[in-house]
Amino acid sequence: MSFEIFRAAILAVRANALRSMLTTLGIIVGVASTIAVVSVVQGLSYSVSNQFQSLGSNALTIEAYTPLNERIQGKFSHLTHSDLALIRQRVEGISDVTPILVVPGSQGGGTRHRNAVSLATILGTNKNYINLDDWMPEQGRFILNQDDQTRRKVAVLGKKVVEDLELPEDPRGEFITIAGEWFKIIGVMEERGELLGFNQDDIIFIPYSAAGALIGHHRLPNLQIRLRVRDITALDSVRQKIERLLRTHRKLGRDQANDFKIQTSDQLLESFEKVTDTVTAVLGGIVAISLLVGGIGIMNIMLVSVTERTREIGINKALGATRNFILLQFLAEAVLLCLIGGLIGLGLGYGLGAAVAAVLPGFPPAQVPAWAIMLALGFSASVGIIFGIVPAAKAANLNPIDALRYE
Amino acid sequence: MSEMVLSLRNIVKHYALGLEKLTVLHDLNLDIQRNDFVALTGPSGSGKSTLMNILGCLDKPSSGEYFLGGRDVSQLSEDELSAVRNRRIGFIFQSFNLLPRHSALDNVAHPLIFRGEKLQQRRAMARQALEDVGLGDRVDHYPNQLSGGQKQRVAVARALVGQPDILLADEPTGNLDSKTTETMMQLFENLHHQGQTLVIVSHESDIAARCKRQIILRDGVIESDTNQATHGGALAHEL
Repeated sequence: MSFEIFRAAILAVRANALRSMLTTLGIIVGVASTIAVVSVVQGLSYSVSNQFQSLGSNALTIEAYTPLNERIQGKFSHLTHSDLALIRQRVEGISDVTPILVVPGSQGGGTRHRNAVSLATILGTNKNYINLDDWMPEQGRFILNQDDQTRRKVAVLGKKVVEDLELPEDPRGEFITIAGEWFKIIGVMEERGELLGFNQDDIIFIPYSAAGALIGHHRLPNLQIRLRVRDITALDSVRQKIERLLRTHRKLGRDQANDFKIQTSDQLLESFEKVTDTVTAVLGGIVAISLLVGGIGIMNIMLVSVTERTREIGINKALGATRNFILLQFLAEAVLLCLIGGLIGLGLGYGLGAAVAAVLPGFPPAQVPAWAIMLALGFSASVGIIFGIVPAAKAANLNPIDALRYE
Repeated sequence: MSEMVLSLRNIVKHYALGLEKLTVLHDLNLDIQRNDFVALTGPSGSGKSTLMNILGCLDKPSSGEYFLGGRDVSQLSEDELSAVRNRRIGFIFQSFNLLPRHSALDNVAHPLIFRGEKLQQRRAMARQALEDVGLGDRVDHYPNQLSGGQKQRVAVARALVGQPDILLADEPTGNLDSKTTETMMQLFENLHHQGQTLVIVSHESDIAARCKRQIILRDGVIESDTNQATHGGALAHEL
């Protein structure tokens, strides 16, 4: 019986192919626009999450943190080398302690090679950086322990810097000047591309100790410290230990808040996902409205269709169709219309999302998560049921005598 | 021969017309036996459409009992009446009432859907029914590709496919020319000889004259009920 109902619905939709198409337009547009936007946002989220995940869930990031009201007053807290030294000496069960010291790109006139200038970000770090960020050199090598210990003036460049400084394709052995000091190029990193309009390849790595010397005493160094906890179950206790140590070391009173932040990579990921989730939810709301409008369109046409087919309904009833059969037949028709709209919208939206991601420079490829597909189709089907029920009930309740007499 | 197919007992039907009550059928009694060949005639307003609707289980009487195949169907629910119509009654309408998007075969097979028959079984039964009315070569034609007489024969096949207790034809020749009317009447007479029970509603006296039994309705009561057994015999001789 259910097969018959479905067959009747397909026949009816096919009989008015053009009208069916136009009827579902509202659903098509609604679903297509969601899928397009969700796929772009999710593509972004996916590529960012991947980078966070390369940090590993046992990684901790320690940063200076200044509450807003203090920032307004011009007070900024900093993590310094002594904090790093303290963590290294006093915390057990950790590895890959990586200091990251940011040298402003414009310091001392930027980075130069002959006449070419680059304003790339300069990071002072040590050999552990590549372990935590899962980013390997393509040519040459990364910074080693000896480089750091002997404060050697060596640099590893991002792809963009090699271009900007008009260096040869294999620039190893060439010299560049950073803030007036000569640095020898020892390696080039793999290309990473853009993320959110920020070129990740516009970067120079130098030994942490060399970076400290570059900054000198001009300003307080602002250090970020990354490390790995060896035993993941000890993550919380290590974190608390670091917090206690830093509070004592930084002479924070009992009632004072932390002027630093210790975050796991999961927390970093969470705060990012919160943003994408909000975007997705807002867009979901917009789509719910457009599907509502589409549903009203479907209901309207279905009501017309019931009137048009009054005689057919009368014949069916005279020949023995039950109220349920008629009800389900029209309901199936409404759901079918919505599902067709949903599927077309899905295809269109996916194409649109892929096109947008391809056209925008530096955007990661679009991703359509399975839940978005299920949600779009589920929502379309529900719209069909909700807005199909009124016309279907109207059809089922027709009096067969009147329906047969209808011209 | 004397097995009763249907009997009406004290059937009353009235409609509310504003504050007034309009009584269309007054205390009507009627018995129809197996293999009866009945013409139901009467002027417009005589209540023959109402009686037809009640006989066809499309409408319920206001009071009285209607026994169809030994069962009182006068107070059944709407869905139960649907099932009764599907199994016991074959309808033929003046305007054919075929489904335009279905082929002749699918039109004939259509009522069997509501019995839950499988597709192949339905098609086999429908094909047989179409052959029985002489349309074995038109199974894949759509209603708009058929002449009026052919359409009405498809409708007869559809009415017969479920082997109903009774065939109800409402002005079956009203939309047909005289030649196809003749073919149609011969088809009905044939069915009568095969043992089918038929009730034909018509206002045309020459159609009524060819039926074995003639019931004339006037103002909601049966004015006359005559049985021409001899005619049936003469017809049998002719065939």
